[in-house]
Amino acid sequence: MAEKSVDRSSEYVRIEGVTRRFGDFVAVDNVSLSIYKGEIFCLLGGSGCGKTTLLRMLAGFESPTSGRILIDGQDMADTPPYERPVNMMFQSYALFPHMSVERNVAFGLEQEGLSKGEIARRVGEMLDIVKLGEFARRKPHQLSGGQRQRVALARALVKRPKLLLLDEPLGALDRKLREHTQFELINLQEQLGVTFIVVTHDQEEAMTLASRIGVMNKGQIVQVGTPVDIYEFPNSRFVADFIGSVNMFEGQLAEDEPGYVRIRCPDLEAPVFISHGISAAPDARVSVAIRPEKISMTRESPAGTENRAVGTVKEIAYMGDMSVYLVRLDSGRMVRVTIPNVERHDERIVWEERVHLSWDPSSPVVLSQ
Amino acid sequence: MKSRGWFRNSALALGMAFLYVPILTMIFFSFNNSKLVTVWDSANSPTLKWYGLLFENQQILGAAWVSIKVAALTASGAVVLGTLAGLVLVRFGAFRGRAMLSAMTTAPLVMPEVITGLSLLLLFVALEQLTGWPAGRGVLTITIAHITFAMAYVTVIIQSRLAGFDDSLEEAALDLGARPARVFFSITLPLILPAIISGWLLAFTLSWDDVVIAQFVAGPSSSTLPMVIFSKVRLGVSPDINALATIMVLIVALGVVVSTLFMRRQERQRLREEQMARAGEP
Repeated sequence: MAEKSVDRSSEYVRIEGVTRRFGDFVAVDNVSLSIYKGEIFCLLGGSGCGKTTLLRMLAGFESPTSGRILIDGQDMADTPPYERPVNMMFQSYALFPHMSVERNVAFGLEQEGLSKGEIARRVGEMLDIVKLGEFARRKPHQLSGGQRQRVALARALVKRPKLLLLDEPLGALDRKLREHTQFELINLQEQLGVTFIVVTHDQEEAMTLASRIGVMNKGQIVQVGTPVDIYEFPNSRFVADFIGSVNMFEGQLAEDEPGYVRIRCPDLEAPVFISHGISAAPDARVSVAIRPEKISMTRESPAGTENRAVGTVKEIAYMGDMSVYLVRLDSGRMVRVTIPNVERHDERIVWEERVHLSWDPSSPVVLSQ
Repeated sequence: MKSRGWFRNSALALGMAFLYVPILTMIFFSFNNSKLVTVWDSANSPTLKWYGLLFENQQILGAAWVSIKVAALTASGAVVLGTLAGLVLVRFGAFRGRAMLSAMTTAPLVMPEVITGLSLLLLFVALEQLTGWPAGRGVLTITIAHITFAMAYVTVIIQSRLAGFDDSLEEAALDLGARPARVFFSITLPLILPAIISGWLLAFTLSWDDVVIAQFVAGPSSSTLPMVIFSKVRLGVSPDINALATIMVLIVALGVVVSTLFMRRQERQRLREEQMARAGEP
């Protein structure tokens, strides 16, 4: 999840107030976005949030109802897909079933009218990069899922696009292969210096791949930021809830000072103290979001009178590297807590035990929308 | 092998008999020496006499040639028009007149042949009076008439093939820089080729079989084979018709067997290759 350095001055794609309607349905709603040269930008959202429509508009398969798309400073309105400096990797891979791997990869170069020798050289080079040299003469149906994915990637990259669009690039792979391929994808991107725009519904995929993430909901971009920004500083209830799991408490601002705030939540007996100021109207209804891994759980009562709660363990899910506990507070509210399994022979907390929950004043995020 | 029980066995036997006994009877009697179709001349049979006579009969040979010409032209024309119609219906989404086009292309499927034949005859006559084209009726008018109804079947075949077609294949080709015409010829066409071939074969058979529509729009010198058989049978069934029909049955059966074997072999090879790919998965 290392933050990559991206040169903010070199904007490559600019989306200006783009809206796309299908009849009465607004698939993409007034989206504005800048994507910089050399970054991996992930559009993340649930199904039907408009992320794929946005990608298809960049590729030229759909046109915006209103707004402009500029790639490398040029308005793309009248440029058909076959003239855009953009290539796309399809979710289904869309390999031509009647052509061998070699001919699939060569197809794009043939359209450019290059010489036979030049095409053969570049295809060979590309197949070596994705480690498919020995499969050059196979047909797509003679390949495994992971190999097909690499052919699709090679076919898109062999044209040396400045911008590659990837629609759910790892969606069809099984878990082990995904993780491996994610890192391959990042290496390839760095090696070739291509700008990637990735569409995905899988937050884990977005977190590992992206230098920046744009979270989409109902056709709108709700937050843009680095994976760390999005996870640690979500700007809305939707984002906090969509990325990872979170405990959300409704509450009311009790004290609002520039250096700290105190919030009273009906579900929590003790007030929540937060060690930084927020911008919200006094007496506003707010939500306090606390990530499950930021809550500590003890048998003994912690010090202090704030940022704490008492409850009974109701469910335990042992996941190997960590355990998930569902704790019912005395108010009846369920709270999710994750504890890493650091020691092998721990005296673990068991079902129906009384536990104390507490958290650091810097952990909660206050959300007002 | 598992015993299927007497009910299933007899149902199978009856079904087979129902389908094949008439054809076998006809083939059997084509080797009969007697001039009377239903009387078996055991002294001089079996004989190939009628087959020999068949190949000396200029009327039948001529009609067979007309039929082959008409069927081949029909199949080719119907495939071109049917493919275009199928593409338009599947790909253009909603457009003005789509329902109309869809209904009109499939109308000949349900229209009684007598009506199709009659309306085409009236059209040809009216056209000739107005423009002088087509001059008289013959191979050209039969072909046009056959294309109108065979095209409907081809359209349906192409439509169903395109409905299962992954649109992203064409988009991928566009994305890789191919212009729309190039996409059609290097991606779409090769992929729907099996449907086009089966459409061609179906159109050929439909045209080869047809007697009703041909009756209406044929001219005096352009009788097709079914028309000749039909007119001969009206004067009484002669044994050479049995021989002719036997040859037609054999040709059709051969075609079906060859194409089935070919398709099965391809299917087996595909399965084998897919298994290989799965075995090689990391």
